[in-house]
Amino acid sequence: MSKLLEVKDLKVSFNTYNGEVQAVRGVSFDLNKGETLAIVGESGSGKSVTSMALMQLLASAGFIKDGQILLEGEDLVKKSNKEMQKIRGKDISMVFQDPMSSLNPTMKIGNQIMEGLIKHQNMSRDQAKKRALELLHQVGIPQPEVRINQYPHQFSGGMRQRVVIAIALACNPKVLIADEPTTALDVTIQAQILELMKDIQKEIDSAIIFITHDLGVVANVADRVAVMYAGKIVEIGTVDDIFYNPKHPYTWGLLGSMPTLDSTDEELYAIPGSPPDMLKPPVGDAFAPRNEFALEIDTQMEPPMFKVSDTHYAATWLLHEDAPKINPPESVMQRMQGFANTGRKDGDK
Amino acid sequence: MTRYILRRLWYMFITLFIIASVSFFLMKLLPGSPLNAEDKLSEQQKTIILEKYGLNDPVPVQYVKYLGGLVQGDLGISFAFDNTPVTDILADRIGPSAIIGFQALIVGTLLGILLGLTASIFRNGPLDYSSTIIAVLGTSIPSFVFAGLLQYLLAVKWGLLPVALWGEFKHTILPTIALAIHPMATAARFTRTEMVEVLHSNYITTARAKGVNESGIIWKHGLRNALIPLVTVTGPMAVSLMTGSLVIEQIFAIPGIGEQFVKSVMVNDYPTIMGTTLMFAFLFVGIILVIDLLYGLIDPRIRLAGGNK
Repeated sequence: MSKLLEVKDLKVSFNTYNGEVQAVRGVSFDLNKGETLAIVGESGSGKSVTSMALMQLLASAGFIKDGQILLEGEDLVKKSNKEMQKIRGKDISMVFQDPMSSLNPTMKIGNQIMEGLIKHQNMSRDQAKKRALELLHQVGIPQPEVRINQYPHQFSGGMRQRVVIAIALACNPKVLIADEPTTALDVTIQAQILELMKDIQKEIDSAIIFITHDLGVVANVADRVAVMYAGKIVEIGTVDDIFYNPKHPYTWGLLGSMPTLDSTDEELYAIPGSPPDMLKPPVGDAFAPRNEFALEIDTQMEPPMFKVSDTHYAATWLLHEDAPKINPPESVMQRMQGFANTGRKDGDK
Repeated sequence: MTRYILRRLWYMFITLFIIASVSFFLMKLLPGSPLNAEDKLSEQQKTIILEKYGLNDPVPVQYVKYLGGLVQGDLGISFAFDNTPVTDILADRIGPSAIIGFQALIVGTLLGILLGLTASIFRNGPLDYSSTIIAVLGTSIPSFVFAGLLQYLLAVKWGLLPVALWGEFKHTILPTIALAIHPMATAARFTRTEMVEVLHSNYITTARAKGVNESGIIWKHGLRNALIPLVTVTGPMAVSLMTGSLVIEQIFAIPGIGEQFVKSVMVNDYPTIMGTTLMFAFLFVGIILVIDLLYGLIDPRIRLAGGNK
């Protein structure tokens, strides 16, 4: 299989008054053509920072400390800002979390879509306008001829997110990064937007990196899942691997804390404690203080990535051959059973 | 849109009516009468003069008479300035003030926007700090200090421009610069603050993610959004600039309206006081209306809220 994007040992830090905050501490993953990879994790796990690093759009205090981002073999980390301007919007584009603020309020929708087309594909204004109308139609906005001349405030949240998607899709990007694209939307609209993204992916065959903390969404859209904790990927595998056969205690925690249709009267599970301070990343396994299954070694040495299967890797000492055999907690086992019964895809109709 | 403008014009009319009434009665509360200084007049002469100008009538009667004249566009006749109609005095005097004020407004805001823009782009660099210093100096040092400095350096020492007086374009340059410093500083401060905020907003990230280059980010996406709040302060600033600065007009010996206004207050020249006040008020509400319409041009969200369509 051809690797479209390879991220190797990516480290991103932020300079703050208190010192260096290590937001991403050595993340590696790859992405195939037409594939959807979901990156999940709680707030502050480094998933958004990873995506901004891929775009080379980190805030001014942030910098890529180490690592490579290979897009079809070319290292984006080494690109100048000028070179990145030619890649952004054309080869990689992005859909943001909050559609209410991610469109320019004083610019017509049409112009905002056409901007990228004129820049990257040398289209004339007329050609770009035609393409913009097509895109608006494609993302399901009724009356594109009228809407194209309107301003963002004349659109609802869901409609705005469709426009943002149209902007991102304008130049048929190879990689589309969606940073929590449904978080700010109503649940009913969320489902529509997810459907839209899946349909469009089929049409134009982009690879999607889907950043979310919503496991329901993951089950719905992703082919593969990377679970991030404290700036690292702790477990990565196919959706089946992660939902049926999770190995990392953090993944157990995430799955356990996910509400399902049949979890009614029981109290929802919560992972105790809070993520570590990334100013002083802990020695050993960053999850150890919150992990009821932590071993002695977890406080001394960071676990490497253990191979579970060809597609499935997890960074926990529990997978070491000398480790005691531990099963996931009862509630998680029930969950996994539940997923299997309902045919895995929780969000599917 | 037409309905909106008509409604605004009606409000404008009411505002002017209220201003006319309030200032009429306030003026009557001023100590003294127009005849204060005329010690040499006999009682009889005084009565004749007061009679002639209708100043013996009860104040409410005077008020109604004044409003009557006002509706017909008659602002009365000046007591102090050779019995000239007030409208003539105003027409005569507003010209120089408006020219200098307008030039100062344009020069000041444009320079200020550029200054603020530079500061926001090179934030926390030497350019930012120097522009902040210029802005602080410009806001805190009164314009007559600049006026004096300009006169001394450019006119007296180097002889580049006339020191004072009125006539050609070259006479307007120094007063324009002196007046422009304050609006420049204000515009620079506003532009910088707003631009810094706008450059950190999500839609700028979206634009960057599209691959828009830096100049596109600043000119196409940033500036227009950053200018919206500036438009608000420009309105009142425009009025105060164009209605004349007493100090600057005195320093440069410009026959402007500001100078005239102060003189008329000193001698209780009622019709001139009223006329000037009303003209200021008229300009003020007029410019605010223009600014509100301008808002719509810059910010499409307000266009709809204005109630057209």
